[in-house]
Amino acid sequence: MSSAATLHHADVHGSHDAHHEHHHHETFITKYVFSQDHKMIAKQFLVTGIIWAIIGGLFSVVFRLQLGYPESTFPWLEDLLGHWAAGGKLKPEFYYALVTMHGTILVFFVLTAGLSGTFANFLIPLQIGARDMASPMLNMLSYWFFFLASTIMFCSLFVQTGPASGGWTIYPPLSALGDASSGAKIGMDLWLVSMAMFIVSSLLGGLNYITTILNMRTKGMSMTRLPLTIWALFFTAVLGVLSFPVLLSGAILLLFDRNLGTSFYLSDIVIAGKILPNEGGSAILFQHLFWFLGHPEVYIILLPAMGMSSEIISVNSRKPIFGYMAMVGSVFAIAILAFLVWAHHMFVTGLNPFLGSVFVLLTLLIAVPSAIKVFNWLTTLWRANIRFTPGMLFAIGFVSLFISGGLTGIFLGNSALDLHLHDTYFVVAHFHIVMGVASFFGMFAGVYHWFPKMFGRYLNNTMAYIHFWVTIVGAYLIFWPMHYQGLAGMPRRYYDFSGWSSFNMFSGLNEFISFVSMIVFAAQLLFVFNFFYSMFKGRKVTDANPWGSNTLEWTTPINPGHGNWPGEIPEVYRGAYDYAKDGKEFIPQNVPVGDDESKGH
Amino acid sequence: MKEFLMIALGVLIFVVIFQIAKASEYVSVLKGEDKSRKQNNKINAFMLIGLLVFGLIGVWYCNELYFGKTLFPQGSASVEGEELDTMLYITIAITGVVFVLTQVLLFWFCFKYQEKDGQKAFYFPHNTKLELIWTTVPAIFLTVLVVFGLKYWFKVTGDAPKDAIVVEVTGHQFAWEFRYPGADKVLGKTNYKLYTATNNLGVDFEDPASLDDIHVNTTMHIPVGVPVKMVIHSQDVIHDVGLPHFRLKMDAVPGIPTTQWFTPKITTAEMKKKTGNPEFNFEIACDQLCGSSHYAMRGVIIVETMEEYKKWLAEQKSEHSVLFPAKPMEQNAPDSAAGKQISQALPVKK
Repeated sequence: MSSAATLHHADVHGSHDAHHEHHHHETFITKYVFSQDHKMIAKQFLVTGIIWAIIGGLFSVVFRLQLGYPESTFPWLEDLLGHWAAGGKLKPEFYYALVTMHGTILVFFVLTAGLSGTFANFLIPLQIGARDMASPMLNMLSYWFFFLASTIMFCSLFVQTGPASGGWTIYPPLSALGDASSGAKIGMDLWLVSMAMFIVSSLLGGLNYITTILNMRTKGMSMTRLPLTIWALFFTAVLGVLSFPVLLSGAILLLFDRNLGTSFYLSDIVIAGKILPNEGGSAILFQHLFWFLGHPEVYIILLPAMGMSSEIISVNSRKPIFGYMAMVGSVFAIAILAFLVWAHHMFVTGLNPFLGSVFVLLTLLIAVPSAIKVFNWLTTLWRANIRFTPGMLFAIGFVSLFISGGLTGIFLGNSALDLHLHDTYFVVAHFHIVMGVASFFGMFAGVYHWFPKMFGRYLNNTMAYIHFWVTIVGAYLIFWPMHYQGLAGMPRRYYDFSGWSSFNMFSGLNEFISFVSMIVFAAQLLFVFNFFYSMFKGRKVTDANPWGSNTLEWTTPINPGHGNWPGEIPEVYRGAYDYAKDGKEFIPQNVPVGDDESKGH
Repeated sequence: MKEFLMIALGVLIFVVIFQIAKASEYVSVLKGEDKSRKQNNKINAFMLIGLLVFGLIGVWYCNELYFGKTLFPQGSASVEGEELDTMLYITIAITGVVFVLTQVLLFWFCFKYQEKDGQKAFYFPHNTKLELIWTTVPAIFLTVLVVFGLKYWFKVTGDAPKDAIVVEVTGHQFAWEFRYPGADKVLGKTNYKLYTATNNLGVDFEDPASLDDIHVNTTMHIPVGVPVKMVIHSQDVIHDVGLPHFRLKMDAVPGIPTTQWFTPKITTAEMKKKTGNPEFNFEIACDQLCGSSHYAMRGVIIVETMEEYKKWLAEQKSEHSVLFPAKPMEQNAPDSAAGKQISQALPVKK
C-alpha cells in the first residue's frame, strides 16, 4: 500500500537521530523546571492540571458526602479538616468553601489552564510546523504565573477563616463584605490575587498562541489547511485575550471595594447590624463584568475539546472530517456569539425585559452552529471504518455528552423557562454535562491520543477502557437524574434539604448520586495512576505515526528534542484530512499532491 | 474500622485491575497487537451499542421514577405558570426527538461502521445541501421556541395588573420579611440608614403612608385568584425569591428594588388535599447563594380565600402601633383614621 510508503517518507529524518542533541547545554533546571520548550511547558501545565483535578474532584466527593448522607457523621473528616468538620460533620461555611473551590479549581485551573495550557502549548507548534512558540520566554512565564496563582490559591485553603466561599462566581456584596461570611475575609483577597495572577498567565499564553498561529506556520500551511485543533485553540486564545481583562478589572474593583472603601458594587447595605456608608454602587455591575468573561470562559473550556475531538474522530474514522469549512465557520460563529450572550446568566436579576429578550435570541442562536458541529461529527462517522482507541472512545463520549448537555441549554437560554429553572439542579446538570464532563472527555481524548507523542510510550489500554466505561456510565448516572431535581425546583448550593417540604423527597437519589460520584472519582485515580505509570513504564512507541495520522506532529522523531524537527521543517501540500482519498488510507500533509490525484478540497 | 476496610478493599481492587491490565498488555504483545486490537474494537463497538440501549432504557426508567416527584404533575399553582408548563412540554418534545435521534445515530454508526477487514471508509469531505439543511431546520425550530418564550417572558415581566395586591418582600441573612401597605394601599418609604434593631426594615415613620403598614416575618398571606405584585428588596447581599410552585424567581438586590407578579390559582388548603400531603406548604426558597445559612433561608406563602385573607389582614397590627405603643392610637379605629391621627402627632417633614 502506498500509505506505508508515505509513512516511510514522513519518517525519513527522524529515524536515525531521534536523540537530537541541542547545541547549548541543558541542565536539569533549564530542561525540566524553567524550560522554554513548548512541549515541556505543556507537560508542566498537564501535570499541574492533574494535581488540581485530583484536589477539585476530591472536594466534590467530600461535599457530596454531606448531600448524600446528611444524617451521618464521618469522624475521619474531623481528623482531616479539624474544626471545619467538628464531630465528623461538615460545617455549612466549609461546605460552601468546598463548593466554591471545586468550581474555581475545575473551571479555571483544570479546564482552562490544564486543558488549553497543555494542548495549545503542545500542539500549536507541532501541528503548524514551527520549532517553538513565537516567544518561548513569555510561554515559560505563562506557566510560572499559573504556578504562582496555584500556590496562592492553595495557600488560601489553609487560612484560619477559610478559603473563599461565595461560589466560583464570587458575586458581591457576599464576596465584598467580611461580615457577610467568613470566607469573604482574607480567603477572598487571596482568591482575587490568585485570579489576577492566573489572568496574567492566561494572557501571556493566549497572545503567544495567536501570534504563533498567525505568523509561524510552515511553508504551504495556509489557514484553511490547519487541523481543526489549531482553529479551536486559536479561537480559544482570542476569547481569552478579549475577555479575561474584563474579569481582571472586575476583580480589581472588587479588591478596592473590599479594602479601600470604594462603592463600585455596594449600596444601601445593613450587615451584622451595621449600617454601611456605601451608596450608589451596583451589585449587578459586577455580574455584567464577571459574565462578560464568564460566558466566553465556557467556550474557552469547550472549544479545545471540540477541536481535539474533531481531529481524533476523523483520524480514527479513517475518513475526512465532514464539512471542514463549516466546522471552522461554526467555531468562528460560536466565538463571536460567546461575547453576546453573557446576560443569559442574569435573567432573574431584574434585568430590563427587552434586554433580556435580545439575549434570549442571541443565546438560542448558538444552538445553530452547535447543531452543525454535531451533525458534521455524525456524518464523519457515517460509512467510516472506525477504530475504537481509548482516545476515540472519549471523543465519541464527548459528542454524546455535548448533545445531552447542549439540548438542555435550549431550556435555560429561553428566559421564560429560566424563571423556573434558574439556580436549580437543572443548571447543575446542564453545565456539568456540557462543559464539565464533556470538556474532560475532550481532555482525556487528547491525552490518550497524544500521550505517545508526549512521552514516547503508550498508556495501558485495559486501564484506559475501564476508565472510559466507568466514567461515561457514571457521568450519566450522576447528572441525568439531576434534571428531575431541577424540574422540582430544588435549588443548587444547598447544604441540607431536610428542612424543606418541597425538596426533601430526593434523599434516596442524593445518596445514589453521591455513591456513584465516589466510584467515578476512583476511576479517575486509575487514570492518574495509568498516566504516571505509563510515563515511565509504558509500552514504548516504535512507529513514529502510530495512529496513521496526517498531521505534522507525527513527522517528528518519536522523542522530539527542542526544535521538534532535527532537519528541515516539513513543507505542507494539503489539508489535514485527506483520509480514504483515492483509495489511500491516509495521505499526510507533507506529501506532495500527485499528478493523478483527484481534486479534493 | 469500616473506613480502613473500605480503603483496603479499594486498594485491593486497584491492584487486581493493575495486574489484569499489565497481563493483558503482555498477552496482546504475544498474540500480535493487530489481532488484539481488532478484538478490543469488536468488544467496544458492542459495548457502545449496549450503552445506547441501556441508556435509553435508563432514560425511560429515570422518568418513571422521578417525573412524579417534579412539580409538573401537580400543575402550576399560578395562572401564569400554566403557560410555562406548556412551553416546557413543547421544549421537552422537540429536544427529546433531537436527543433520541442524534444519540441513536451516533452509537448506531459507531457500531455499524466499526473497523472490519476489507471495509473502506467512504471519502465524503462535504456536501453543501446537507449542511444547509441542518443549518436551517434547527434555526426554524429555535425561532418557534424563541417566539413562544418571549411572548410569555414579556407577559410576566411586564407591568402587574392595576388591581394587584402589593407586598414588599425583604431578604436579609437569613430570613424573609414582608410589608403590606394597609388601607391606604401605599407602602411607606424606607431608608436603610434608619435601620435599628427594632425598626429593622428602616421604615421612615415620618412618611404618613407608613403608619398603617403591616410588617410580618417569614410567612406571607395572599388571596387566591387575585394578582399579587411583590416589590423585592435586600438589605445585605443578593438573595432570590424562588417560588417553584408558582414557576417564578426574582433576585433581591441591595440598593436596586425589583418586582415580580403572579396570580395564585389554588389555596394552600386545596393543595394539601390535592397532593395528599397535610404538611404541604408553598415555600419561598432563597435561590442565590447568600452565606452559610443560605440553605435555611425559608419563607412560607399561605394562599387562602379572599375572606380568610381579609380576616387575617384585619387581625394584624400596624408596625407603627407595635413599635410605638405609647403613642395615642385606638386599636380598633379604621387604619386610615389612625393614620391621620398619628401623622398629626408626628412632626411631618415639609
